Amino acid sequence: MSMHSISLTINGKKFEGQAEARKLLSDFIREDIGLTGTHVGCEHGMCGACTVFIDGVGVRSCLTFAVQADGTSIETVESLAKDGKLSPLQEAFWENHGLQCGFCTPGMLICAEELLRENKNPTEQEVRLAISGNLCRCTGYHHIVLSILAAAKKLQGAAQAA
Amino acid sequence: MQQPQPRTQEVTGIPGDGALGARYVGAAVKRLEDPRHLRGGGRFVPDIVLPRMLHAAFLRSPHAHARLAAIDVRAAQALPGVEGVLVGADLTALVKPISPRSRLKEFKATRLPPLATEKVRFVGEALAMVAATSRYVAEDALELIDVEYAPLPPVVDMEAAMLPESALLHEELPDNLIVARHFRAGDCRRAFAEAAHVLSARFTTQRHTAAPLETRGAVADSAPGGGRLTLWTSTQIPHLLRTGLAEVLGLPETQVRVVAPDVGGGFGIKGHIFPEEVTLCAASRLLGRPVKWVEDRREDLTSSIHAREHIYEIEVATDGRGVILGLRARIVVDVGAYHVWPWTAAMEPLMAGGFLPGPYRISNYDAATYGVATNKCPVGPYRGVARPASTFAMECTIDLIARRLDLDPAEVRRRNLLTPEEFPYTSASRLVYDSGDYPACLETALRHLDYAEERRRQEELRRQGRCRGIGLACYVELTALGSASPSGPGLEENPASDAASLEMDPSGKVAAKFGITSHGQSLETTLAQVVADEVGVRLEDVTVHQGDTDVSPYGMGTFASRAAVIGGGAAMLAGRDLNAKLRRIAAHLLEANPEDLVLHRGQVYLKGQRQPLLQLAEVARAAYFLNKKLPRDLEPGLTATRYYDPYEGTASNATHAAVVEVDLATGDVSIVKYLVVEDCGKVINPVVVEGQVWGGVAQGIGGALYEHLRYDEHGQLLTASFMDYLVPSAMEMPETDIVHLETPSPHTLGGLKGMGEGGTIAPAGAITNAVNDALRHLGVVLTDLPLTPERVHAALRRASRGA
Repeated sequence: MSMHSISLTINGKKFEGQAEARKLLSDFIREDIGLTGTHVGCEHGMCGACTVFIDGVGVRSCLTFAVQADGTSIETVESLAKDGKLSPLQEAFWENHGLQCGFCTPGMLICAEELLRENKNPTEQEVRLAISGNLCRCTGYHHIVLSILAAAKKLQGAAQAA
Repeated sequence: MQQPQPRTQEVTGIPGDGALGARYVGAAVKRLEDPRHLRGGGRFVPDIVLPRMLHAAFLRSPHAHARLAAIDVRAAQALPGVEGVLVGADLTALVKPISPRSRLKEFKATRLPPLATEKVRFVGEALAMVAATSRYVAEDALELIDVEYAPLPPVVDMEAAMLPESALLHEELPDNLIVARHFRAGDCRRAFAEAAHVLSARFTTQRHTAAPLETRGAVADSAPGGGRLTLWTSTQIPHLLRTGLAEVLGLPETQVRVVAPDVGGGFGIKGHIFPEEVTLCAASRLLGRPVKWVEDRREDLTSSIHAREHIYEIEVATDGRGVILGLRARIVVDVGAYHVWPWTAAMEPLMAGGFLPGPYRISNYDAATYGVATNKCPVGPYRGVARPASTFAMECTIDLIARRLDLDPAEVRRRNLLTPEEFPYTSASRLVYDSGDYPACLETALRHLDYAEERRRQEELRRQGRCRGIGLACYVELTALGSASPSGPGLEENPASDAASLEMDPSGKVAAKFGITSHGQSLETTLAQVVADEVGVRLEDVTVHQGDTDVSPYGMGTFASRAAVIGGGAAMLAGRDLNAKLRRIAAHLLEANPEDLVLHRGQVYLKGQRQPLLQLAEVARAAYFLNKKLPRDLEPGLTATRYYDPYEGTASNATHAAVVEVDLATGDVSIVKYLVVEDCGKVINPVVVEGQVWGGVAQGIGGALYEHLRYDEHGQLLTASFMDYLVPSAMEMPETDIVHLETPSPHTLGGLKGMGEGGTIAPAGAITNAVNDALRHLGVVLTDLPLTPERVHAALRRASRGA
């Protein structure tokens, strides 16, 4: 099977690699780029664990071929903490017991980050709807919802302080 | 990368106000495992990469029941990138079949070869494995394997499977019955003869499963030249698995190392030895290279572990007030095609019979329970093990009594619940309940729900044509099972104890090694809380090590709501030993009495004083490097290893209440409100307990309303993806309240009770009772799970036609 050149930006750094046309972006990120924070939970787009940003939009990397990401800019969970510090969203997950086994967490964080970029003051129902495509088997979602609402408050506080 | 230091929440002031007793246990400290997971830095099996590693894929049977006539793997072997293809015959000389034993009288063993040899017995059973340079190539090669199947009649219905004319799964087993047991206590004949009312009902629960977000996966690496074998695997039971692997592979146990790295959920189903793990080990030995396999979601749903397909035929005898005089049951459990190691297929049938009486006073009991083999995925422990089904049956029976005698369902429970004066109580199935206050739990639930107001609101809504219902469910859960309360009756490998091994290094930091493992339960944190308190160090000075059999003392693993109680108990014992030795050394350095010293958060104090006398790190250095200063009989080093067997175990309990509305047009059930009042004794970390309850309730709601592994009449699984197998999302989870009651166990160290499974046990009962309550005026009674809109709507149609 022929190989295709892929050139993209990953978490702000240039990456160049080769992949078969059928290679999933999730596998490319994990195996070729070597970032294993992006998790694969179902490989059919139903669990959301593999969600990453492609050019700022949350996308299921298991439903995307690596070749489709050629020329794009990708952000994964590894990009959220800046200068060694957890982001306010990550902090909120830590403070509100927003994770148990940690497997769904990267996808949840990306999904929540996308929500908070678009909606600074979401209601509980809006948070639930936003993460309804991301499955978690450990938490029953309650503490995840609390975490995201707490992160929104933190970010509002930071915006007012600025 | 700099890791942020965990901040801990102080319980009370330290030591300024003299509160040297301030403890981590009981405080909602932030989890130590979170910073790595939040950064995407967890290390799960799929993240493991080894030099020269091959990727495996398994060929699985498309038939439920067939004889394997021929397998041709030549084309697959010839595919570039394929390094090895294995079929069952390649392994028969190398590995034994998986065949758990039992001391139960009516137990018949099955033999599961790691790759099928003569027959396949369920859709999804593995019969060949390809190892290739990538998973993509391995899957290409699967398509080139040519298998000739001779289909046999599939055995799909458990009741039909017991009939003499049924086809047989295992020719040597004449009736497909692989386990059976009869529970008898008291005098049921007399109780039923004297009863004012005898009621009967049939309840069924559906096959479903844990579906952890991380599927199963393993990497086997056999050192060349017949050296040691390492298996990294997503398991809950590293040591038990090592024992099992050594046996089937014919290796000394010292030659096998099992490592469970971060595990992305297990809920019981990862507590087994799997044929795929055995095959990977054999493949690595044969090929001399590491071999990795990560299952896909389809494999998880077809071929891992299923649970909870039960039938309950119940007869209950009561007096005129609804007090239960006797209970009879016939329980049939579909256990799938094979026993599972080490639990056997007896877990579900026996626990269903053992726990059916629940928290109620039932002394006349007569229950026969059967485990029937069918051509479906094997059944094993999944969170709650049988009790979500048995509790559903019993709680629906209680509501049946209430309906027939026109009593309030809460009142029937009140009249039958065990009271605190009756503990320790030996149940009709000879289980011992140690403590708790079941009536108080019920009353607390009614109070928090504002039961009278909910009833008033229900009437009001009914007048508006809306169908709202209130449902209750109570349960008791035996947890932290010890040697006098076997987790699986008759098991050859009875997991009754666990170990903690503590080592303080010369800098005063503690490495705490446990045989139990964490797959989301927060044990890295809660065990560190216990160790820090007992030894007298700061939380951040404790590092918990789990999951590596080369590092940890032999332990049983994490399942059956045991880890915090038994691992925590072992930590208390070892922590106290280490604390005593530290005080002895410190006493020598300070020329004081060990009894007069207190160790607290890394400092040594004289009892009653607030100024520390010495850093614990100085004591630790002395233990290793200043032996000359210490008495000759004081052995150098700072380690302590202790095992803990809670012997009787301890019983947690809870009352769940559900308020639902049923849409008559669509049959859709929506949960308006959900309440949990639970008692798990002393709490180590309240937020962690809450998280476990929430998660358990979500899985219980899934089992009540959505999740169903449906097989057709040919034994094909119709729900092998998340498109068809519906697990609850954030949108399906209702507003829930959790109330904690605390009755410390008199049977365990620290008064702890297990609680990991509890949340899952009661939702099916509470929700079904609520739905039946909502539809009572229409004459609809639902007795079969799950309560899908289709099923509710059909019942409504039947009722309206009958009317």
